[in-house]
Amino acid sequence: MSIMDYNGGSVLAMKGKNCVAIASDLRLGNQAMTVAMNFEKVFPVTDCLYLGLAGLASDVITLRERFRYRVNMYTIKEERQIEPATFAQLVSSTLYEKRFGPYFVEPVIAGISKKTGEPFIAATDVIGCLNFAKDFVVCGTASDKLFGVAEGLWEPDLEPEDLFETISQTLMNAVDRDAFSGWGAIVHVITPEKVITRTLKARMD
Amino acid sequence: MSVDVFRKGGFDFSNARRNAFLEGKGMPLPKATSTGTTIVGCIYADGIVLGADTRATEGPIVADKNCEKIHYITDNIRCCGAGTAADTEYTTAMISSNMELHALSTGRQPRVATAMTMLKQYLFRYQGHVGAALVLGGVDPTGPQLFTIHPHGSVDKLPYVTMGSGSLAAMAVFETTWRAGMTREEAIQLVAAAISAGIFNDLGSGSNVDVCVITKDKTDMLRNYEMPNQRVEKERKYGFRRGTTAWKSESIRSLIASETVVPVAQLVTDEMDIS
Amino acid sequence: MADGHQHPIEHRFNPYAENGGTVLAIAGADFAVIAGDTRQTEGYSIQTRYAPKVFKLTDRAVLAVNGFQADCSEFVKRVMQRIEWYRHAHSKQMPLKAIARMIQTMLYGKRFFPYYTYNILGGIEEDGTGAVYSFDPVGSYEREACRAAGAASSLIQPFLDNQIYFKNQTPAPGAAPFVPGNLPIDVVLPIVIDSFTSATERHIEVGDGLEMFVVVAKGRDVSQLASLNAEEIPATNPGEERVFIVRRELKKD
Repeated sequence: MSIMDYNGGSVLAMKGKNCVAIASDLRLGNQAMTVAMNFEKVFPVTDCLYLGLAGLASDVITLRERFRYRVNMYTIKEERQIEPATFAQLVSSTLYEKRFGPYFVEPVIAGISKKTGEPFIAATDVIGCLNFAKDFVVCGTASDKLFGVAEGLWEPDLEPEDLFETISQTLMNAVDRDAFSGWGAIVHVITPEKVITRTLKARMD
Repeated sequence: MSVDVFRKGGFDFSNARRNAFLEGKGMPLPKATSTGTTIVGCIYADGIVLGADTRATEGPIVADKNCEKIHYITDNIRCCGAGTAADTEYTTAMISSNMELHALSTGRQPRVATAMTMLKQYLFRYQGHVGAALVLGGVDPTGPQLFTIHPHGSVDKLPYVTMGSGSLAAMAVFETTWRAGMTREEAIQLVAAAISAGIFNDLGSGSNVDVCVITKDKTDMLRNYEMPNQRVEKERKYGFRRGTTAWKSESIRSLIASETVVPVAQLVTDEMDIS
Repeated sequence: MADGHQHPIEHRFNPYAENGGTVLAIAGADFAVIAGDTRQTEGYSIQTRYAPKVFKLTDRAVLAVNGFQADCSEFVKRVMQRIEWYRHAHSKQMPLKAIARMIQTMLYGKRFFPYYTYNILGGIEEDGTGAVYSFDPVGSYEREACRAAGAASSLIQPFLDNQIYFKNQTPAPGAAPFVPGNLPIDVVLPIVIDSFTSATERHIEVGDGLEMFVVVAKGRDVSQLASLNAEEIPATNPGEERVFIVRRELKKD
């Protein structure tokens, strides 16, 4: 039993046509016991940039607050909102700083660049090795399952509503085969005009 | 004292005690992304050719199908990385930064041996805990230079080198076909063949071939020089009918600021009551 | 102990190895598809690019085995022999459900030194329906509509849940509810192929080749198989169930 599986949870992000989506399950566990079904793992960073954190829940909260602080300081100093690619580097270097005593968290980043309008997704491992994918990124206790389903279901150039269906189906079918993830799910679809947030009707067992 | 928003360099060990405690409780630490990797380099008549595959793995799972393993050091020096992916990324980035400063302060074109020395001293200092296995190549005023640097800081200087889990497969190709004084095209073909041997025979390596050619005058980064492993088109389309997923609640945050302007004049009735 | 270890290190012979690869089976109304890749690995090496994992047992039963290759081949050899003895003793081919029960007995017989094998049995029942039986290494088994096993089972199984069992999908308003187990063969085979190409993309131990066995019930139309370059395996009893094999290449990196 790894520390990464202690509280459970999974996050997934996908690229679409001029849009991105990021989704997580809602479980918080204590090993095999489920303690909460409202533990969101995806947090807004700016208007159209979201951060997902799967792993040890205490580190999820610690890092969420740390990134909030560092993004606020960036915004004040630079007098502009942080770009997704810049934020990805911030996440990476924050984690690599703790190379020899890491946070047990795998972050997923999804957003749209304010400057170019380009969709952006990225993920890192626990010590901040960035992975820029052109299709989808996954993390958490159901990562193997998410990889398998996403590789089967994902198609390029999905419109926001179609991307919602694909990411929701991928997440739900993956977490239903994972004992440490599930118990509800939340999806954010980010377009240049709006962010659509939906909680899914998922299996609660 | 300033607030530590922009921190100084160096590692932070503040979680180390907690993590050692957790590990002592019998919880294995999570595995980092490793670049199972085939990386190679070879000297030819007037330069260096470096090569790498593009697969990054987490255990038996492919984490990244097309990552870049040939890292920029200076305009005339590149470095291929194998081992712990984050370590190769940050070690080469840091050395690249220090090489730029060094070049600026000396006013000379930076030398490969300088980068090699900085890398090996850094890696030796961390006694192998920074898990970077590197192939360093470049052309400087002393001519083409090629090194391998192991995670503990030892260095080899050879005309053709391989590293990573696919190093034996790649070295087999070098040992059978390498010869001194090859042309640019021959060297590129040899490096591509060595990387392909790793891609097809080593499970830790896969996807595409990246090649980098460094000569006295310029450096050509041939990203995805060969792409022998493109996924074939799927047999079926897996798009869903809209409405397939049942959802419970929705909230929409509009990012477009909108306002309705109502001129005050229109609110005033045509004739004022003056009674 | 000089190197800082607190306890002496015990070295023991490990009789098992893991040889990668993945198998799956899907049952239709009157057919069954049993498929497996052909790569055999140990560690980061490919031992062979063609090691069949799926075997025809009778005209109506096909077995997919995965796990430790030495145990797999030994187990299949013994199953085939017992099936032949059955034929000699009873002058008929062993029914699918009987093979399933026999496999359970054989696996549980080695409860305390198990065959390190994950078995999936597919074929046609005596009532003419397609069936899939899946086993754990010590003989617990169950009849299902679909199952994936082996190295990439965790990648494929949730995909099959979605595409074969229609899990998490709600039908269009007014439309009939989804009924699993009735998909036609020209939908099932593409799903099988896509499952394996997806697993090949993301799992390093899956690839090289794909073998899909299709068992069809007696008298069933097989015209859909013609376009897939299906090759028929000659039957012992012509005019009964038929077994076809469809081969595909998978990526080799």
